Amino acid sequence: MSERVNVEKKTPAPGPETGAATTPANGKKAVAAAKTEAVLPALGPLGMLRWAWTQLTSMRTALFLLLLLAVAAVPGSLFPQRPANPSVVTQYIKDHPDYGKILDSLQLYDVYSSAWFSAIYILLFISLIGCVVPRAIAHYKAMRSQPPRTPARLSRLPEYGTLVIPADAGVPASNAISDAATLLKKRGYRVDVRDRDGARPSVGAERGFLKEVGNLVFHTSLIGVLVSVAIGGLFGYSGQRILVEGDTFVNTLVGYDQFTPGTNFQSSRLQPYSVQLDKFQVTFDRESRGKFGQPIDFTADVTTKESPDAPAKKEVLKVNEPVSLGGTSMYLTGNGYAPVVTIRDGAGNISLQGPVVAKLQGDNYYSSVVIKVPDAKPEQLAFAGFFLPTAFITEEGVSFSGDPELMNPQLTLNSYYGDLGLDHGVPQNVFELDVKELSPLNARDLDAKGIVLAPGMTHTLPDGKGSISFDGVKRYIGVDIHHNPGQLYALIFALLAVAGLVTSLYVNRRRVWVRTGTHSDGRTMVEYGLLARGEDHRLAGEAAAIRKLLAGQWQLGGEDPSAAPDGASPEPTEADSIQSTAGSSESKKDQ
Amino acid sequence: MLPINETMGAYSELFMLLAAGTYTVAFIAFAWDLAKSSKMLRAVDLKAAAASGAAEAEASRLPVAAGARTGAAAGTADRADADVSGPAGRAERPSSSVTAAAPASTTGVGQTADGGMRYGAERRAPARVAVALTVLGAAIHAAGVLTRALGAGRVPWGNMYEFLTTGAFVAVAVFLLVLIRRDLRFLGTFVVGLAIIMQVAAAVAYWTPVGHLVPALQSYWLIIHVSIAVLSSALFTLTFAMSVLQLLQSHRQKTVAAGGGDKLGFMRLVPSALSLENLSYRINAIAFVGWTFTLMFGAIWAEKAWGRFWGWDTKEVWTFVIWVVYAGYLHARATRGWTGTRAAWLSIVGYLCVVFNFTIVNQFFNGLHSYSGL
Repeated sequence: MSERVNVEKKTPAPGPETGAATTPANGKKAVAAAKTEAVLPALGPLGMLRWAWTQLTSMRTALFLLLLLAVAAVPGSLFPQRPANPSVVTQYIKDHPDYGKILDSLQLYDVYSSAWFSAIYILLFISLIGCVVPRAIAHYKAMRSQPPRTPARLSRLPEYGTLVIPADAGVPASNAISDAATLLKKRGYRVDVRDRDGARPSVGAERGFLKEVGNLVFHTSLIGVLVSVAIGGLFGYSGQRILVEGDTFVNTLVGYDQFTPGTNFQSSRLQPYSVQLDKFQVTFDRESRGKFGQPIDFTADVTTKESPDAPAKKEVLKVNEPVSLGGTSMYLTGNGYAPVVTIRDGAGNISLQGPVVAKLQGDNYYSSVVIKVPDAKPEQLAFAGFFLPTAFITEEGVSFSGDPELMNPQLTLNSYYGDLGLDHGVPQNVFELDVKELSPLNARDLDAKGIVLAPGMTHTLPDGKGSISFDGVKRYIGVDIHHNPGQLYALIFALLAVAGLVTSLYVNRRRVWVRTGTHSDGRTMVEYGLLARGEDHRLAGEAAAIRKLLAGQWQLGGEDPSAAPDGASPEPTEADSIQSTAGSSESKKDQ
Repeated sequence: MLPINETMGAYSELFMLLAAGTYTVAFIAFAWDLAKSSKMLRAVDLKAAAASGAAEAEASRLPVAAGARTGAAAGTADRADADVSGPAGRAERPSSSVTAAAPASTTGVGQTADGGMRYGAERRAPARVAVALTVLGAAIHAAGVLTRALGAGRVPWGNMYEFLTTGAFVAVAVFLLVLIRRDLRFLGTFVVGLAIIMQVAAAVAYWTPVGHLVPALQSYWLIIHVSIAVLSSALFTLTFAMSVLQLLQSHRQKTVAAGGGDKLGFMRLVPSALSLENLSYRINAIAFVGWTFTLMFGAIWAEKAWGRFWGWDTKEVWTFVIWVVYAGYLHARATRGWTGTRAAWLSIVGYLCVVFNFTIVNQFFNGLHSYSGL
């Protein structure tokens, strides 16, 4: 994509390989011997720094770091990652006692924030800056300078050709060069006419400065993307919340079930907007055989308020269609059923009433239910079991859900009493119940059996501990709320990077020189040569196009350049005869 | 959401089967062409070598063995080759003319095909049959992809089965499009062979009846993001084949230049290593831009669907790895000591990552992308 050749030339690598590689095998020994004898001048600390900088910013190192980055990114896909799912990592370490801990000490569960991954990309970006800045300066200078001087032997250029203007056409060498300059200028070249009134006037032309500009924009934009990502990490935040139909979320810290602030987050930045879930609808596939019962549409109707006093607004939240509010976006990421229960304690008072979020466990919304009733008196109560939207029981007595919709909803629970341990201030997972300290009341293996409830039914707990009623079923949704101030900048820089990439790949930097002269018999001889900087497979096409333009200007017709006599070069001197033959054989080849 | 049409789905499967059958015959024709043409070229070469050997003997020089003569010529063939506007650090003279190579390679001394990859004068009947069959197969295949889309009422790339069948079609179609301008028929066995493998894998291992998309995939970004990914992958497929041939050819050119025997006769139909490198660089450059868009559009879609544009999901990781490897490839072309063979290896590694990303990551790695219909 970009050649660092000129930069490398400026800073000859002090490494031994440049010299030794080109030396023949027998000379190598001599060089090695000389090296051992030679007293190397001490580099000194400054010299060492300079040497390290040269090494770091060399293309070879950049390429090495780039490939290393690719390799280093791979482990992140092989091992579970903490930022994505911390509980999976904990489980993984438990499951692999032999090497799980070792991997942890190597930061293999936090690959993308690990010291070694950061080291690679930071070095890469330093190398990139060290490459881009000098190149930008060099290119700025190149853009302000004139096209390079006309080479003595144009015939040595990759594309070369000659034209002859007959003497009776009345186009002297100086006019011919002006014509050529005008044509090249029209074609987008920057031109510089040299020695216009001399015997051998010439024009130097160059175009395609955008190629290097694109290259620099691309690399600079990558730095921009990195900085934008860092800004997002500093000032952004994200959180999760589960909303049962009818619930309202208010954007404050307590409104979140889980909250991940950025490094520089301040809670005062949260705008207190509110979102109420009015209704959540799921459409299931009833058409195809293969995917029967698969959800094909989730639609959440919500009522939003930008601020507590703002007017309410009806909006629709769907997967792929987030709702934007107060600088954040809300995404629909999960859903399920929430059975509504009423639990009375031993004293006959209602100690819990409302929807209980059931956690998805298997196919067709087969979900687990945990109900903790710390307010029950005299003894705290707890329930654990399953919710099935369409309950079926196999002949072996295993229950399963036959359909995702509420055809035959059933709540199957065990009940417990005792100290739930919630009063000690130790946080607990609401979806898990530790039954070690509890005494069972209802279970399949007890005399009281398990609790099986259909909507509208009530089960009385044994020993007068209370009762549980299954009142109905609501749906809930899980939403993610994200705020990333770096996002827009990342997009802008990414677009800039692509624009720069395309420019640097498809704009060609070319140089053209045209030289004219008058033959002793009065004809005006014209020769031209083209040179590309970097890869350019369309240089031959450009040469043909320029030839056509020049020929058209002087009405030369479709003369075959290879048919031109060897003396056609405008340099009819003895010294040049060798070159001109070389040149014409080249042009023959190029045809 | 359009309704499912299972009859269309059944037709689609029939078309896919017919396409695979047609491709199989085309594959045989391509293989036959390689065998036959290389034999013919060898005969021409031998005749020419004998003639030049005789001429040299007549000139009362030292009797020159035909092998040595052709060997020496092979060294220069590369120089006279077209398309040698090579990467940095190459000894070859930078010339970009594309028409010059023909005399060097067709008069018998050339060990490789025309570097410009233009169509030559000689008729290759089996190759023509093969291309015609491939066009026919692609037409049937297109019907299969179209009926699948009509049957499902959406774009036909929502699960592994559809990725494979549509991907195979795009690979063949891109190959046929390139054939209009360049004679890449030497890649025929590879491209058509790969299409057959993809079709068979789709039918045997990943068969999925027509169905609706899960809500996560219901977005116009599916059309944009996946189509560009498939297109770029098709281009990477071409350059992978060319890089493999480049390695073989450069090994063969070296062997022949050193006077060794030519064990890979069919490689006569293939252009020189440098021409292959240059063309695959150009295609890779296009594919790299495509892959950059894949990455970007994927990020934009991820932001819409999951709330973050980048989260190091396994699929994202591998898409990034592929991007970095091909970025390395593009840089390698501008780095001394990394052009030629090493760059070809990078291109091959990049493609292996593409394949890995498509097969292993889709199926066995847990991630947000693992809903690809399995």
